[in-house]
Amino acid sequence: MRPCTTSTSDAATGMSEPQAAAAPAGGASLLEVAGLAAFYGGARALEDVSFTMGHESIAIIGRNGMGKTTLCNAIMGISPPRASGSIRFEGHELVGRQSHRIARRGIGYVPQGRRLFPSLTVDQHLRIASRGASSNGTSEWTKERVYDLFPRLGERKRNGGAQLSGGEQQMLAIGRALVTNPKILVMDEPSEGLAPTVIEGLIETFRLLEQEGLAILLIEQNLGVATALAERQLVMIGGRIAVETTATKLSQDPDLQRQYLGVEPLAH
Amino acid sequence: MDAVNLDVVHGERRAILGPNGAGKTTLFNVICGDVTASSGSVELFGEDVTRRPARYRAKLGLARTYQQSRLFNGLTVEDSIYLSIVGVEGGRLRPVLLPGRDRAARERAREAARTVAISHKLGALVGSLSHGEHRQVAIAMALAAEPKALMLDEPASGLSRGERQLLTDLLVGLDRAITLILIEHDMDIALRVAERVTMMHDGRVIVEGTPAEIRANETVHDLYLGRGYRNE
Repeated sequence: MRPCTTSTSDAATGMSEPQAAAAPAGGASLLEVAGLAAFYGGARALEDVSFTMGHESIAIIGRNGMGKTTLCNAIMGISPPRASGSIRFEGHELVGRQSHRIARRGIGYVPQGRRLFPSLTVDQHLRIASRGASSNGTSEWTKERVYDLFPRLGERKRNGGAQLSGGEQQMLAIGRALVTNPKILVMDEPSEGLAPTVIEGLIETFRLLEQEGLAILLIEQNLGVATALAERQLVMIGGRIAVETTATKLSQDPDLQRQYLGVEPLAH
Repeated sequence: MDAVNLDVVHGERRAILGPNGAGKTTLFNVICGDVTASSGSVELFGEDVTRRPARYRAKLGLARTYQQSRLFNGLTVEDSIYLSIVGVEGGRLRPVLLPGRDRAARERAREAARTVAISHKLGALVGSLSHGEHRQVAIAMALAAEPKALMLDEPASGLSRGERQLLTDLLVGLDRAITLILIEHDMDIALRVAERVTMMHDGRVIVEGTPAEIRANETVHDLYLGRGYRNE
């Protein structure tokens, strides 16, 4: 297994495999992660994670407990974990910054487990999240547009977070990130708990958003969703990005899926 | 929920499908006793349990998992599963611990952990595990209690592809003496495991049938499955 780095020396070797073409598609890099390590107390959860992405979509995949959520938390400045190394967004260093400042730079976050306020209504969640939202110059997200995307949420405007079903909570978590009009959307398993029709709608929406210039960093266990949304697939194993592959390769190769996502012991 | 009728026979594998907010989890809550029905009744293994608390229903042999795993972060994986075994068996304070019985319960706990592929984390604190691993522990706890009926609320969510495969195999191979009721949005799992499917919408049961009938049903496609399945 070849470690994935996006350094110029790697790209310069000119290998024909797709993962060698790791230079970001959208020209200038948007997010640059270099030598990132993260710790929970003394336990190391991430080790030397490095990758670069432009205005594009990438998926981080891997078995459970490999560090995918920790990576999201490190990007968003949520502690724990304690992070070291470098995360640069549009050239600005994020490591050590506070979460709300990171979010204001234009990073929308859809955390795993939704993390809503039980006592706030759907409408209040969206109103609060859209306060002070920056314009990303492409598409303006409003409450109304979120309700168009998820009609079910529109029907439940006045219901509190605790009264929503699991799937409705997930819709709200995504909507809450969108109304901040982010430049990049970091999503930790957005399809979790959603009905198949809703997932279809989401994939369509995210594809449109991507065409409008929104970058997406996607953590996803649903391989169908991951490969539909992102061609670049980074596989995490034991807190490292073990390899980069493509959606095309991965979806056609059951052996590869077994190797990276299977439950057999993985060779490090 | 409104006028829901559900009749699951002993040993059956039943899937509950439906759009988000259809009332699937509420139905589970009413069956297991977390929520009391405003009207109507719940019968479990031939006994009317409508007025009985959740713990009574658990003692009768009903186990369930939740969408958001509810676990004790300060316990290890093994202790969590072990407690779910002794919790159902005893429940009362035992002044004398019988080493033989305790060893057997420990072994059963480890066996349940193996079944869901979490045995490499036996000694880890639940709080240190990932979201998907929590789901595995929750399923192991439900299984270890050796229930007569098992209700799983979206067991595959948060699991990787390999772990989903393992879960499917586990459910397909589940002891026929155990009745299984499953809420699941992953159709590969739901339609493979279930013998009968109940489709809910807006708090009502709108369609019931075999997986083949469900696949062929237009309403189910429009409301729930979407185009992806129509093309198959």
